[in-house]
Amino acid sequence: MGWVSDTVDSIKSIKLREALHQVITLGMIVTSALIIWKGLMCITGTESPVVVVLSGSMEPGFQRGDILFLTMSKDPIRSGDIVVFNIDGRDIPIVHRVIKVHEGQDTEDTYYLTKGDNNPTDDRVLYNYNQDWLQKKHIMGRAVGFLPYAGWATIIMSEKPIIKYVLVGALGLLVLTSKE
Amino acid sequence: MHSFGYRANALLTFSLTILALMCAIASLTDSFNSPSPSAQVQVLNINWFQKQPNGNDEVSMTLNISGDLQSLFTWNTKQVFVFLAAEYETRKKPLNQISLWDGIIPSKEHAKFLIHTSNKYRFIDQGTNLRGREFNLTLHWHVMPKTGKMLADKIVMPGYRLPKEYR
Repeated sequence: MGWVSDTVDSIKSIKLREALHQVITLGMIVTSALIIWKGLMCITGTESPVVVVLSGSMEPGFQRGDILFLTMSKDPIRSGDIVVFNIDGRDIPIVHRVIKVHEGQDTEDTYYLTKGDNNPTDDRVLYNYNQDWLQKKHIMGRAVGFLPYAGWATIIMSEKPIIKYVLVGALGLLVLTSKE
Repeated sequence: MHSFGYRANALLTFSLTILALMCAIASLTDSFNSPSPSAQVQVLNINWFQKQPNGNDEVSMTLNISGDLQSLFTWNTKQVFVFLAAEYETRKKPLNQISLWDGIIPSKEHAKFLIHTSNKYRFIDQGTNLRGREFNLTLHWHVMPKTGKMLADKIVMPGYRLPKEYR
């Protein structure tokens, strides 16, 4: 019976080795992506260094699907800056331009008003009821760079999740089955 | 090693790298442009100047804004966003910036302009500090590139003053 178990062992060891190799390769890809993202977070100082423009409210400057690069530096926010902000109780961040600033002695006493370049009125209609101003705590970052169209893949994937699953599945399969 | 998938992957990676490099270079060429823009603003009239029921000062004015921003345009410029802001300081607020008028300049041909307008956005203070207040009018511009880094600059025009009394 010795040669049977030997054969089984050798087959097992090959499979195991290959499988391990594939898993490690996949792990390397995922972790390096994570390292790049977290590294960008450290450098730029904002939780989301890259955002995709979701609405047409800043047209013709930014269109749906364009990518913006954000930073959150110590420099104070001034009128004219394009900022990304979050209204309390809502998930989706908004990219608009600051049109008014009242800067007090500290951040608690500093107020901003924003407006989309393509919108007829300022953003008080978008803010919460009785909220007239944005404050520092609402602001996630300031746009410094711009790349057109590059965010369309994200928009398609978030609107048609099925495509995301198919794509992730296919990629996973490809990585797992590919031979060096 | 030389399967279809590998070759397609290599080609895609290479073309994306080249594209990213070209975008970076296009953005870099903007820094060789040294623009010389100019602007003049006249306050023609204070239309009215009041204290609102909630206690904040508000003023309405008529402005003549002229400028020449043609030198800002390069081949990587998508548009220039230009706005005029009133800037002043009060005892409680060291900096107040209030946008009075803005516009989008889509091309170099439209970059020389003369505009006669009353303030598009309301000029309201946080408080009652506007009587006799000295303020700057600043023309700001933000250059939006076709790709890459966004640039911004301004021309400060000091020495404007609001009336001493409501009217």
